[in-house]
Amino acid sequence: MLAQIRAELWLDRPLPVQYLHWMGNVLQGNLGFSWRIRQPVAELVLQKLPVTLQLGTMAFIIAVLIGVPTGIIAAVYRNRFLDYVANGVGLAGLSTPNFWLGIMLILLISVQLGWLPPSGYVPLTEDWRQSLATTIMPAFVLGNAIAAILMRHTRSAMLTSLDQDYVRTARAKGLREFVVVIRHALRNALIPVVTLGALELGTLFSGAVLTEQVFSIPGFGKMVVDAVFNRDYPVVQGVVLVTAFLYVMLNLLADVLYVVINPRLRGA
Amino acid sequence: MSTTVAAPAIARTAAMPRSPMQLAVRRFLHRPVAVAGLLVIVLFVSVAAFAPLIAPYDPVATSWSAIRKAPSLAHWMGTDENGRDVLARVVYGARASLLAGVVAVLIAAGIGVPAGLLAGFAEGWIDIVLSRIVDAMLACPFLILAIALAAFLGPDLTNAMIAIGVSTAPRFMRVARAATLDASSNEYVEAARAIGNPGWRVAVRHVLPNIVPPIMVQGTLAIAAAIIAEASLSFLGLGQQPPAPSWGSMLNSAQRFLSQAPWLAVFPGLAIFLVVLSFNLVGDGLRDALDPRGR
Repeated sequence: MLAQIRAELWLDRPLPVQYLHWMGNVLQGNLGFSWRIRQPVAELVLQKLPVTLQLGTMAFIIAVLIGVPTGIIAAVYRNRFLDYVANGVGLAGLSTPNFWLGIMLILLISVQLGWLPPSGYVPLTEDWRQSLATTIMPAFVLGNAIAAILMRHTRSAMLTSLDQDYVRTARAKGLREFVVVIRHALRNALIPVVTLGALELGTLFSGAVLTEQVFSIPGFGKMVVDAVFNRDYPVVQGVVLVTAFLYVMLNLLADVLYVVINPRLRGA
Repeated sequence: MSTTVAAPAIARTAAMPRSPMQLAVRRFLHRPVAVAGLLVIVLFVSVAAFAPLIAPYDPVATSWSAIRKAPSLAHWMGTDENGRDVLARVVYGARASLLAGVVAVLIAAGIGVPAGLLAGFAEGWIDIVLSRIVDAMLACPFLILAIALAAFLGPDLTNAMIAIGVSTAPRFMRVARAATLDASSNEYVEAARAIGNPGWRVAVRHVLPNIVPPIMVQGTLAIAAAIIAEASLSFLGLGQQPPAPSWGSMLNSAQRFLSQAPWLAVFPGLAIFLVVLSFNLVGDGLRDALDPRGR
């Protein structure tokens, strides 16, 4: 019986042969079968991935809304109080473990204030208000570290931009400082920020593993942790492969965006 | 007249650092935030080293009469769900976190730096093969790779350190390779080759000492990331196993008692935050101190 099962699952073959067999199945869209959950891994991925994508998208929007303006302020008020505060907050954001931040937010906002539910997930298609209520805290936690990185990139790019001759010319023409910063300096500073920001999208997958554990969200990250503990290797293999594929696609998107946004590279 | 003119110049010369390393140390010490970070690291290392003398209680000793007690004079950080003193567990937990951070980075540097040195110095097909392996490893998000490795090796602090070290090695390889390519273009390397030194000797005796600064910066920042990674793996149950104390596993337990015992979540997380922040401050200070443009 055991020998029959081993033969059916190709476990009696050499490892390279097993690997080639698995790769062949992957190329046909078959990521394996989860013997614990009794479902094809591809189906599980299609069920769980949208949850993590919703969380990741919200997290990225939050990160951009916090990180980019903070970076602009830090650059404009360089080496003054606001710059030090922005840098300090950014460094604190990078140094805070996201699972601890999640626990602290649950303690403050859910337990003490009772404003938001501490855990769980409601699909966007079911009830968008409840869905936002259950995902806003985890999205903030996930976006926190990205916001800190975006702040640093934006500050660095804005400092370079503000030192350029065209900015000096814009000021000499008598334009208001707000117009100089936003319309002239920021447009060029955003080129590296957009491309570097696209690269940071991949780190959302790492953060999602812990965030989904803390907030009990049935997403991609929680699935891989459960699969690891249950020794559900087909699921672990499938999740790692899909994650790596998405990461590579995001890197490719960053490269394409860089050429699209930077007019100097279009003719090359 | 010549002696009075020469005396201040001689005094200035005597006070100036004699080597680039001395100059870097002086520049680092002129950054108060980085020095503060270094002092906090020294404090935590001391706490970890002298844990048996500092901890007021045995970190694994349970007491059913002291379950989930709030912070008091008897228990400065309170007790947990098994009556164990939280301060003692935070103190002993520093050992696991700091050890994991340092050992993981040593593993990463031990794999990544030689690989990067080889790739950057040898170039050609060796560089292509090593770079593609690194690209493949970097294609997978760091924590997912570490979780998969830790799961494969088994839940244990040693295996967690190996998993984090292997997952971090690609970053060291990239830094070492870039620094090697930069250093190899210098004339002293060409001169070393010209006088007949074999390739390995040029790489080890001439190139390697000159790529140490960026690796030191990367190492310091990587320790911070490794400490968070160890805490994350312990939080997920893949690192230090109970009842041995670990900041990450303490936070995992604390989740179940947030409304009854919030202090269980505050102190371990604060410890992780302070240590990681300190390493990041030191890393930033080192980067500024070792930046050749500041010389």
